[in-house]
Parts: sequence; C-alpha cells; structure tokens
Amino acid sequence: MSVTTETDQRGWWRRNQMRAAPWLFLAPGIAFFALYVIFPIFQSFQISLYRWDGLGEARYIGMRNYHELLDDPAFYTSLRNNVKWLLLYLLAIPGGLFIALFLNQQVRGIRLYKSLFFFPFVISQVVVGLVFAWFYNPSIGLFNPLIGLFGLGPMNVLGNPNTVTYGIIAAGLWPQIAYCMILYLTGLNAVDPEQVEAARLDGAKGWRMLWYVILPQLRPATFIAVVVTVIGALRSFDMISVMTNGGPFGSSRVLAYYMFEVSLSEYGFRMGYGAAIAVVLFLIMLVYIAFFLWRMWREERGY
Amino acid sequence: MFPTPVERRSNAVQTTYKALLPLALILWLMPLLMVALFSIKPDSDFTQGNLWGWPSSFVGFENYTRVFTDSAMPRYLLNSVFITVPTVIGAVALSCMTGFALGVYRFRSNIWIFFMFVAGNFVPFQILMVPVRDLTLNLGLYDTRLGLVLFHIAFQTGFCTLFMRNFIRALPRELIEAARVEGVSEIRIFWYVVLPLMRPAIAALSVLIFTFIWNDYFWAVVLTQGVETQPVTAGITAFNSQFRAAYHMMSAGSIIAALPPVMMFFLMQKHFIAGLTLGAVK
Amino acid sequence: MQFSFKSVAVALAASTMLAGAAQAELTGDLRIFFNDQNPAPKEAMEGMVERFQEMHPDLNIELTLIDREANKTQIRNYLTANAPDVNGWYAGNRMRPYVNAGLFEDVSDLWDGPMGEELASTRPALTLDGKQWGVPYSYYQWGIYYRQDIYEELGLTPATTWDEEKANCQVILDSGRKCYTIGTRFLWTAGGWFDYLNLRTHGYDFHMALTAGEVEWTDERVRETFANWRELIDMGAFIDDHTAYTWQEAQPFMVNGEAVSYLMGNFVVAPMREAGLTDDQLGFYQFPEITPGIPKAEDAPTDTLHIPAQAQNKDNARAFLQYVASAENQTIVNQTLGQLPINRNAEVADDKFIQAGFEMLSNATGGIAQFFDRDADAELASAAMEGFQEFMVMPDNLDAILTRLERVRQRINEN
Repeated sequence: MSVTTETDQRGWWRRNQMRAAPWLFLAPGIAFFALYVIFPIFQSFQISLYRWDGLGEARYIGMRNYHELLDDPAFYTSLRNNVKWLLLYLLAIPGGLFIALFLNQQVRGIRLYKSLFFFPFVISQVVVGLVFAWFYNPSIGLFNPLIGLFGLGPMNVLGNPNTVTYGIIAAGLWPQIAYCMILYLTGLNAVDPEQVEAARLDGAKGWRMLWYVILPQLRPATFIAVVVTVIGALRSFDMISVMTNGGPFGSSRVLAYYMFEVSLSEYGFRMGYGAAIAVVLFLIMLVYIAFFLWRMWREERGY
Repeated sequence: MFPTPVERRSNAVQTTYKALLPLALILWLMPLLMVALFSIKPDSDFTQGNLWGWPSSFVGFENYTRVFTDSAMPRYLLNSVFITVPTVIGAVALSCMTGFALGVYRFRSNIWIFFMFVAGNFVPFQILMVPVRDLTLNLGLYDTRLGLVLFHIAFQTGFCTLFMRNFIRALPRELIEAARVEGVSEIRIFWYVVLPLMRPAIAALSVLIFTFIWNDYFWAVVLTQGVETQPVTAGITAFNSQFRAAYHMMSAGSIIAALPPVMMFFLMQKHFIAGLTLGAVK
Repeated sequence: MQFSFKSVAVALAASTMLAGAAQAELTGDLRIFFNDQNPAPKEAMEGMVERFQEMHPDLNIELTLIDREANKTQIRNYLTANAPDVNGWYAGNRMRPYVNAGLFEDVSDLWDGPMGEELASTRPALTLDGKQWGVPYSYYQWGIYYRQDIYEELGLTPATTWDEEKANCQVILDSGRKCYTIGTRFLWTAGGWFDYLNLRTHGYDFHMALTAGEVEWTDERVRETFANWRELIDMGAFIDDHTAYTWQEAQPFMVNGEAVSYLMGNFVVAPMREAGLTDDQLGFYQFPEITPGIPKAEDAPTDTLHIPAQAQNKDNARAFLQYVASAENQTIVNQTLGQLPINRNAEVADDKFIQAGFEMLSNATGGIAQFFDRDADAELASAAMEGFQEFMVMPDNLDAILTRLERVRQRINEN
C-alpha cells in the first residue's frame, strides 16, 4: 500500500511539477522576505498612529503624530537636508564619469590606479565618516591647512550649522564617486569603437563627441548610477551618526537620522513619531521605486 | 576608445598624464593617507603638535599590536566574520532558488513577485527599524548574532533575487529545455544544469554581499549591543571611546576595521566589479 | 510560568534572610552590566566584584562593561530582553521611563533597613512615586576647574561674585587666552552651564520647577538666566569651534594653556592629571554667586545601580547592592573613582579635589540638583540642551529657541 502512495505522489509531482516547482523554490525566500520586510512596512504604518515609548502600552492617537510633524521645525530641517543630499549627491555621477574618462587609458599600471581610485567604496561608511571627521577637525585635521594654502579658512566645517551638511555630503560623495566611476569604466569598455572612429572621421571631438556619441551609449550605466545614488542619498545615516550625531543643534539631521533619534537614541522614546517620519521617508522613496519598476516593466515587455 | 588614447598623443601629453596620475591619486586618497600616517605615530607627536610632519618615531607596529592586545577589537572582528559569512551563504542560497524560480518559469504572478523583491530592496530600511527590532526581541534573538543574520539574509534576498534572476534569464534556455525533454525533474535541472552555470554569479554576489554586510552599521546598532555580539563597525565606536582623543590608536583601529573588505576586494576584484556593474552594460 | 512557585519561595526566603544576607553564602549566578569602560570606574567596579566574590566563593559572577554612551541607548533593550541582575544607570528623572514601564525593581526594602539611614542624603535622588528604585554607588561635585599657575601669573584669585568672574575673564582674554574650554558636541556640557547660571540667578526651587516642566520657557526669569550667559558669550569667553569637540577633546586647550578653566564634574581631574597637570597647576573653585543672597545650590550627579524587574537572581543582586552601599566598600571604591562616597560612615579620600567637593556639598544650603538631563524629562532635556548649544553659537536666536522649547514643554505636559 505504501508503494502505491509513493507512486501516486511521484505521479502527482510528475504531472504538476511545472506549476509547483516555482513555488517550492520561492517559498523560503518569500517567507523570509515577507516576515522581515513586507509586514514590517505595514506595521510601521500602524505604529505611526500610536503613541508608544517602546516600553509600556501603546495608545492609539490617530493622525496626531503626522499633525505634529507639520509643526516640527526639526522635521523641516531634516527634509531640507534630504533635498540637499539628493541634489548634491547626484554630483557623484558627473564626478565618477570625469574620473572614469581620466583613467580610461592603457598606460602601464593603470589597473592598479583604477583599483586604488575605487577602493573608498569598499570601506565602511563608519570609517569614511571617522576619517573625514578627523580630516575636518579644527585642531588636528588636514583640511584647514589645505585650504589655508589658498588663503581660505580656517573653518569649523562640522561645527557650523551652515556648512555641516555640505561637509558630510562631501565625505559621502567620496565613496559614491568611486562607485559611479567603476560603473562608467565598465560602460566605457563596451563603447563601440567603430562608432567612435566614425564620429572622429566626421570631425567630432571632445565635448561634442562625449555628448552625442559616448553618453548615449553609456545610458545603462547612467541609469544604474542614478538609481544607486538616489537611494544612497535617502538612506544616509551612518555618516551623520558617526560625524555629528545630527548636530550642531540638529542642523545636519536628515529624515533617516531624525527618525532613529526620536525613537531609539539616548533621549528618544517616541516610536510612533519615529514611525511617522519613516513613513514620510518611505513615501518619498516610493516615487523612485515606482519609477524604477516602471522602467523595468517596460523592458520586461520587450522580453 | 574614448577619450583618445594617450599613446596616440604627443610625448608631452603622455608625460603630463603619467605625472598627473600619482598626483591625482594622492589627492584623492588624502584623508585616508592622513589617517594612515596618524596610525604609525607615537602619542607624543600629537601633544607636541607634530601632526602631519615626519613621525618622530615609527611605532606603527606597537600601535597595531595594541589594537589587538588592549582592546576588544579581535572579538569584534570575529563577530563580524560570524555575522557576515552565514549571511552570505544564506542570502545566496535563498536567491539561487528565487532567482531560478523567477528566471525560468513563466507564470502569471511572476513579475509581481519579482517586483516585490525589487521594491523591498529599495525601501528605506529605517521604516523596518521599529517592527524588526520588536520582532527580534519577541523571538528572543535580540543581541544575538543569529538575530542579525536572519534579518540580513531576508533583506539581502531582495537584491540577490534581482541579481540572480537577471543572470539566469541571460543563460541559454536550450539547455533547460533539452533536459526537460529528457524527463529530468525540475529539482534536478536546478541542481545539475542551472546551478553549475551560476558559479560566476554566485562568486560575484558573495563578494558583494560580504562587503555590504561587513560594512553594515545601522542594523548592528539596532539589533545588537556589547562586545559579545557587535560587529566591528559598531565596535569601532566603543573602541574610540576607550581611546578617546588618542588619535594614533583610533586611526590604527579604523584601518584594521576597514581592512577585511578591502582585502576581499583586491583578492576578488574581477568578481566584485562584475557583480557591481551587472546591468551597467547592455 | 513554570518558575512561579520557585520564585515565590525564593522571594520569601530572601525577604526573611535579608538582614543576614551579607553573611549568608550565596550561590548561583550574578550578572552585572556596568556602564563605564574608563580606567578608573573599570578598576573600581572590578575591585568591588572581586571583593564580593571573595565573600561568596560559590557565586558565579559575570561582569560586562558597556561603553557609557552606548549604555544610554542599550539599556531599554536589555531591560526588556536579556536582563542582567544588576545594571548601572543614573538617579533622578532619568529613571522615570523605566520605572513607569515597570522595568526597574522596587528596592524600598533595602532602604527601609539601616542602609537607608546611612544613605539618607541620596534618598530623594533615588525616590520616584514614594519608592526607591536603586542604590547609589558614588557622586561627584561640579564646579570650575582652573589653571592655578596661570591665575598666579596674571595676579588673579578665584571669583566669588559674578562681577569678579567677568573681571577675571577680561584679564584672561587680554592675555590672549580663552576663559573657558568646553566641548558641546554631545550637548550635555552646555547643560552644566545652564544649570549653574540658572541655579545662581534664580535659585534651586525655580530651577527644579523649570526642569520639571512647571515654568514656561518664555518666562522673563528664564531670559534673565540667558542674559547672564550671553554676557560671557559676547565677551568671547568660550573657546572657538566648541561644537566640534567632545568634552575630552576640549581638555587639551586647558592643558596647553590656551584656555584657563573648565566647568565640569570631578571626573575631569583624572584625565587632567594623566595629561600632565600637577596639583599645583590645577585648582578648583565653587561657581560664583550671581544674584546676591540666594543660597548656593550645586549639581552633584549620583551614579547608581539598579535591579531590572526581569532579573533572574534578585536575591543575589540585593545582597550585592547592599555590599556596594556599605561604608567599607564605599571608602575603597570612591578612593579609586576619585569621587565622593554616598555612605556617611565612609571615609572621604585624602585628595585635594575630593575634599573640596565634600566640603562644598556639605555646605550646599541651597539644595543638590542631579544634572539637567537627569532632572528634566528625556524629551525636554534633549530639546533644551540642543537649544543651549544653539544659543552658545547664535545667541540672537534666543526667542526662537525659547518658543520651540515652550512648545515641547506643553506637548509633554499634555500627555
């Protein structure tokens, strides 16, 4: 009897494996992803409607956390800084392209140069943050003597509310430029040499060549560079945490940091309020996610 | 090739270019070089204001040895290994399967499941912070390496699935079709036909995930505490408060903390860049 | 709840044995999370554990040292999951969130015994809602540490009044130095300045009412405090770029003689000595009088140990806390820490600064405050200290800062 069930089962598997197999392979991945990523997103939406110190009982307060956000100067500072991050972080793309063009040669040792230019990206942001914090430090850093050579400064970059965010973004650009550089170097490898030669025969040079012949061919690299840079900009947390803790007096906060600060930092006990900030950040990001998915969907149709 | 190869230019241009290269590199790595210099200086150089000059004595060896003997740094490094390696294995294993399922089979919800992974991968992870911390607390996994590993596996699965699925799509379908015609079961097709072909993708993804997870700071702070469990990114802040204002030690500590992914990169450069630039060329 | 019967039995046994607990042989485990890795506190804590271990050889003690700053965020996690048997924290309102959430054990029973009388002076700091929630192990004075040698060189003597303080400062500034070093990167150092300026301008009762959220931040009296602060800021009395430094990074300015004094807690003495300042160079004086006739109150933060409500070995923990507070242990520990013992039968170390602090606090007729972020609600403390830092850089923003703080106060009071 046991023999017949086994063949029955095997028979069932034979007949249905094309339909069952994908789900079998997907099950563990989906389970993990749902538990740790998808459900928590909805939970955050729910928590944002509560007042909760993370220790005791949560109390439902409807949209009050969101109302409070509208009147919270720190929220607007964070939002403004997020915009600065978004815009200035995009400089990594031309920056990376510039270095990629500079290094796209075949002299001796160039491979090592490419690697060394790239490796800031491999270092953790925590260490990059520390390194730059010391670099900017008004009493031990190399930054002030350096700008002193040009008759500028001295500046207290991270201690001044007007410069602090730019200082951190500059530090963040360092690995990000390296990332974009490697994307472009790979892209440049794939540029069609015949097209370049043909354009050269037509008399295209320098900027015109770059703009009309090279850049169109680099579009996939540019697209990926934009996507990773935007996401990197909106996620910026490590550097702010390590370099300034959001200071001085909160002037370098971004949403990602502010939400951590109100919910889990030294004096933060407002899980609901933090969740509300996270929801806002999520909605901003959703625009980009939608854009990315839309583009992918268009490509998939062609598949 | 663009820009015009220098070897086609005049000698003057070639020489300038070759001189410019090291100069640009030094400028580019300036902040890092400063820290490297700090790390081999003695404490007295800092109190006497000899910050960027020639070290009055080379004590690099002593400084780096002290990082290992006088602090919890070795423990943090070990924690990082115990967090990173299982995550890499777990995330790659899961995504080989999900990538296979989404890359090979055509079924109606395929694209939506794929989009779910992709979208989840781009989510600002702060929105997950409070619920995931709670979940981990409730599972009794708070402040364990396992708790951190499980979350990392789950979150990385999004990116890895995207990666693997695209890779599998680019494989020749004829092989799979041929195996099916011969009546090979789907599981065997996965194991014996597709998996061997995925080796380069597995290598690239492993190196990439290793770097991402090793460098994670946010989740380490949210889900772990203390010497027993925290990886080196979080440990470096404790290390720094132990050696507060001792810049030579903090510099040496930072360099050690940053080293493993750097080594990984230089050893596995080809795979690393292949992983990173997937999709940058079409 | 399989362990409920056992724990009731243990609790009964513990309560009947309490008086003799110190003598009784303890067995089982004792897990301690101590919140300081700096050399002196580390040595003090390890010493305590070692002596306690000698008294109870069969007890398995496990000591974990957590970074002071890291502990401030981690405490809520380990109290709710993975609770130790004893953990380090601070007195005053800083205990409130954990007391309200039921995460700290009520240890009033310890205070009801003879220990309570010996520790009488710190009882208020450990009391919330009429119960005691922990045991102190040390406290320390705040005040102005200064370079005696530079004062002598300039012919100055420590000020006792506000006018003298400003006059001294002017002489120091004219000599090309800064009057005060400070590092406000972690904000709380500015809280120390506010505490003293407010305590001296309006006295203890007003200060406590303000930190408790009972006074409006836009009140004219609050502005008076800031006006006094502003006099120093406008003189250029504080070092430049203080927002970029931690309190430790601000120290070299005083060691190098670029700045002459430092409003700080007594824990600053150890690193100053380590950096090479001798006791002839380093002096201490009480923060001078501002409004004449107001009794002087002081900041004297109390560092404490608590038993988490979820601790597994509460009877061992109680015995340990009793030992910590005992006169014998207090003498040794605070000798190592360079701080003041909380047990009145303990001996005060024969150290210039500890003695000065002891005398000052014994005569503090105005009252003893904990510290701004221990007296005020966590959320208010964070917003206010941020405001203090902003004020020190941009004093013209005062109106905006106070309006903002008032809004925070109102929202907290609504809850």
